[in-house]
Amino acid sequence: MAFLDYFRTKQKNSANLAKERLQIIVAHERSTREQPDYLPALQKDLIEVISKYVAISQDQVCVNLEKEGEYSVLELNITFPEEQAVS
Amino acid sequence: MSSPPLANLQNANKTKEELPLTEIIVITSGKGGVGKTTTSAALGTGLAQKGHKTVIIDFDVGLRNLDLIMGCERRVVYDFVNVINGEANLNQALIKDKRTDNLFILPASQTRDKDALTQEGVQRVLEELKKDFEYIVCDSPAGIEKGAFMAMYFADRAIIVTNPEVSSVRDSDRILGLLQSKTYRAENNQPPIQEHLLLTRYNPDRVDLGEMLSVEDVEDILAIKLLGVIPESKSVLKASNQGAPVILDDESDAGQAYDDATRRLLGEEVEQRFIEKAKQGIFKRMFGVR
Repeated sequence: MAFLDYFRTKQKNSANLAKERLQIIVAHERSTREQPDYLPALQKDLIEVISKYVAISQDQVCVNLEKEGEYSVLELNITFPEEQAVS
Repeated sequence: MSSPPLANLQNANKTKEELPLTEIIVITSGKGGVGKTTTSAALGTGLAQKGHKTVIIDFDVGLRNLDLIMGCERRVVYDFVNVINGEANLNQALIKDKRTDNLFILPASQTRDKDALTQEGVQRVLEELKKDFEYIVCDSPAGIEKGAFMAMYFADRAIIVTNPEVSSVRDSDRILGLLQSKTYRAENNQPPIQEHLLLTRYNPDRVDLGEMLSVEDVEDILAIKLLGVIPESKSVLKASNQGAPVILDDESDAGQAYDDATRRLLGEEVEQRFIEKAKQGIFKRMFGVR
């Protein structure tokens, strides 16, 4: 019913949507801000190597460099697809 | 080339009464059109009104506008770039405000390009201003190019002017990243720049309806100290039409909000106003008159 739809759309709060979107993009941009320049290239190479053995896509590999005081930790997170290796 | 620590040393030799330490405040945002120049004019005037000798510098080389907002556009003879290039001395370029005591304006060049601002040149002019002024307010251009970098590079404090709107908030966060890495204080392992959020063009009615990000939302995302909230107000355009900083309109909500912000900047505890929905009179409520 049209008039009920009217009330429903009013319930959807666009300010909340704005906040959620901002929190995600800002967190993402902050995490890439302090990364060294070579990280995207490293990520690309890693994906190429892994793709030789397992069918993965770009967004299944996550490379992260975290600084903890004196040392840095390179974190490599690969999500394998459900069906296993390319034979 | 003299460096800021040297200048601080010189300052320390004199008594505090004789020469209070100069503070450099950058008004920045990343995004354009959010109210940087309006804010620079208002807060600069506010600081001067409270008895602090203040200069506002326009860093927007090529697109100067502070002179118009301050109503001194016809008195510009020499500019910031002339001083940097040694074509004029500071006293020739500084414009004394006619309305407010203790207030001076250093206009940007309208004809040069932004590369005319060199780090050494800017530093030299700032060092010279430090001898005379308590507050140096740097009105940054939009964007993250050279003019914006030069405006923030030597800052002690930063006021991040933000609208309650997604692109402005994102750009503000980007600017915060630059303040923490690409400034004199960051590069020389000094205490970081103090960052303040100034939320402008705020409309409490729309926040109430869920149509606009609230102060709390923006504070949550940017995680910096709130300096103040300036309500969306007709008085801002009126002030710029007249070439008089909006803070001089002490009847207006925006003028009062800037006065509150100035006092907070000076360390006073002032309660936040203009963040609640305006109370409607009984006639408005009954007839919905706008």
